[in-house]
Amino acid sequence: MAGNAWRSTVSRVVGAMKSQASHPRTFSRGLQTVTLIPGDGIGPEISTAVMKIFEAAKAPIQWEERNVTAIKGPGGKWMIPTEAKDSMDKSKIGLKGPLKTPIAAGHPSMNLLLRKTFDLYANVRPCVSIEGYKTPYTDVDLVTIRENTEGEYSGIEHVIVDGVVQSIKLITEEASQRIAEYAFEYARNNQRASVTAVHKANIMRMSDGLFLRKCREVAENFKDIKFTEMYLDTVCLNMVQDPTQFDVLVMPNLYGDILSDLCAGLIGGLGVTPSGNIGANGVAIFESVHGTAPDIAGKDLANPTALLLSAVMMLRHMGLHGQAKKIETACFDTIRDKKVLTKDLGGNSKCSEFTGEICRRVQDME
Amino acid sequence: YPPLTTIPPPAKYGGRHTVTLIPGDGIGPELLTHVRELFRFCCVPVDFEIVSIDSKSTSDDDMNNAITAIRRNGVALKGNIETNHNLPPSHISRNNILRTSLDLYANVIHCQTLPGVRTRHRDVDIIIIRENTEGEYSSLEHENVPGVVECLKIITRKKSLRIAEYAFNAARQNGRRRVTAVHKANIMKLGDGLFLQCCKEVAAGYPEITFDSMIVDNTTMQLVSKPQQFDVMVMPNLYGSVISNVCAGLVGGPGLVPGANYGKDYAVFETATRNTGKSIANKNIANPTATLLASCLMLDHLRLHGYASMIRKAILATVSETRLHTADLGGQGTTSEVVQSVMREIESKGPRTSEQI
Repeated sequence: MAGNAWRSTVSRVVGAMKSQASHPRTFSRGLQTVTLIPGDGIGPEISTAVMKIFEAAKAPIQWEERNVTAIKGPGGKWMIPTEAKDSMDKSKIGLKGPLKTPIAAGHPSMNLLLRKTFDLYANVRPCVSIEGYKTPYTDVDLVTIRENTEGEYSGIEHVIVDGVVQSIKLITEEASQRIAEYAFEYARNNQRASVTAVHKANIMRMSDGLFLRKCREVAENFKDIKFTEMYLDTVCLNMVQDPTQFDVLVMPNLYGDILSDLCAGLIGGLGVTPSGNIGANGVAIFESVHGTAPDIAGKDLANPTALLLSAVMMLRHMGLHGQAKKIETACFDTIRDKKVLTKDLGGNSKCSEFTGEICRRVQDME
Repeated sequence: YPPLTTIPPPAKYGGRHTVTLIPGDGIGPELLTHVRELFRFCCVPVDFEIVSIDSKSTSDDDMNNAITAIRRNGVALKGNIETNHNLPPSHISRNNILRTSLDLYANVIHCQTLPGVRTRHRDVDIIIIRENTEGEYSSLEHENVPGVVECLKIITRKKSLRIAEYAFNAARQNGRRRVTAVHKANIMKLGDGLFLQCCKEVAAGYPEITFDSMIVDNTTMQLVSKPQQFDVMVMPNLYGSVISNVCAGLVGGPGLVPGANYGKDYAVFETATRNTGKSIANKNIANPTATLLASCLMLDHLRLHGYASMIRKAILATVSETRLHTADLGGQGTTSEVVQSVMREIESKGPRTSEQI
């Protein structure tokens, strides 16, 4: 089947996330509200695709669409619109499409702003090879857990004198501890054998040294999980030669960004990779991690798989395993069949045709 | 085979060069010994001045002596020096100190698919030019309050222009068509923004070369799916570390790719991925190819092109022999077998070895 490993991995990912939620909610009856952020570029069309598929599957989800374009709040600070924040605070679950990050537009990256608003401290990306979508790498089965609030993306930069710029990388004990704890708990809840801390403490002695120290300390409380440390460059070197040697990877922000995209590349790219962000107060936002693809926006060419798989992760997080399995199976079967595929998957069907095919399969499963 | 401790004959074609040799830690010492062995065998007119800096030397004097030696000779061949994590953070990586003190601003790595080495991707031919002295490796860190650490990444116009100039010049001299700048300017708008700006400025002076840019995470994704699209890449320090390791992995691993560090006045040659190889040290299983090819780069730098090509040809012939592949290439060959094979190959090709004088 299209990756029993994949499915069990995803359900395990969600297993971990559920244990993090501070309030288990039962969704046996009635509609559950989910804040939907369509995003920019191809965002709206793939969100529509997901909504269609969910409707076909009769999933008990009520979508609340919100826009998160930054506005200047009182005091001149950039923030997300109040309606969006209120909606997320109430529903606690979000599904997000790609957001534009223009270079030098005055306001900070929208993704960064969202993270700061909801304290989304952990980005979890399970990367498992998809049967039916061949890449040069087979049997990939790893999870990257990236610290998502500080590190190199603190957003603190200054021009010291003309021609000299300083960017500040921030590492704190608290954030390092939190992400290390999440990584080990995740590993334990999902029966993963080892956690590897990725760092560059030979060069960034103090900052990555602190991160590493906290990981070592947390590892002491999780003796059942094997803990290893590896330099970032060594991980990169080994990852492209033999990715099967890796299990759970935990790392600061920038390395996480690069490595999680590298791993996504191993299984087929951002168009098929799901992602989840865990926040401090039981908030969880699932997102597609690809870009806005402005060149194909509005042309019905986009591939909704990434957003769909993230939505499936979301369903499992909410306890709706039956629905999740149905939709996921329909998606994988469609990809494996190779008859109706979007261009990036090697076919020449439209987004609407691909969506329609999945809807048909879902309905046939009734 | 006759013992290799014969005294080399006097140089026939003029003077000899003196090169600083830094064995380093792990597999460095044994591999560099093989280089010396090979050079003696080929009568290369190079003498090595050995400077022992390794993880055990903690005093600044050792470091200063090494730097002075390289300044004196102008050229060095080195193994990687391990950074001891048990020492306090004020103890900066020795390799880093060497690079910054000698202002070796360009780290150049040429990753090419080699015949006879099985990899997932074919026809990879990428030159990576990495800024080697600033960026994230500025070693400027402080703990503001306990538990809060700041690490400064410095990008300057001067160094960014310098490395961009180097990259475009290298592209032009090697007949390359395209230079790609790798950055993360969507997040680090000022820092990487400045770097990108400098690259654009320099690109204007090289109209025959196409210039484009790519964000680093997208670059790694592209590299693992379609590495053939890249030609020459230029980038700041940390991304250089990531990209050069990814590319080295794509063409067969750390045992195959040599690297060079160039400054205005000095040049230091080593393996591309700068590994210590602690776990395989002194077991005769390390792959000497990268180190041997690095010594060829050094010979080219010294304008000893004849020797460089002779040795390089022999190395490439040996690498294509699957039965000689070392463990990192999936074989069971030993280091000494590879080196012996290189020597045999050289011997069979011409009259320049010490045995036939």
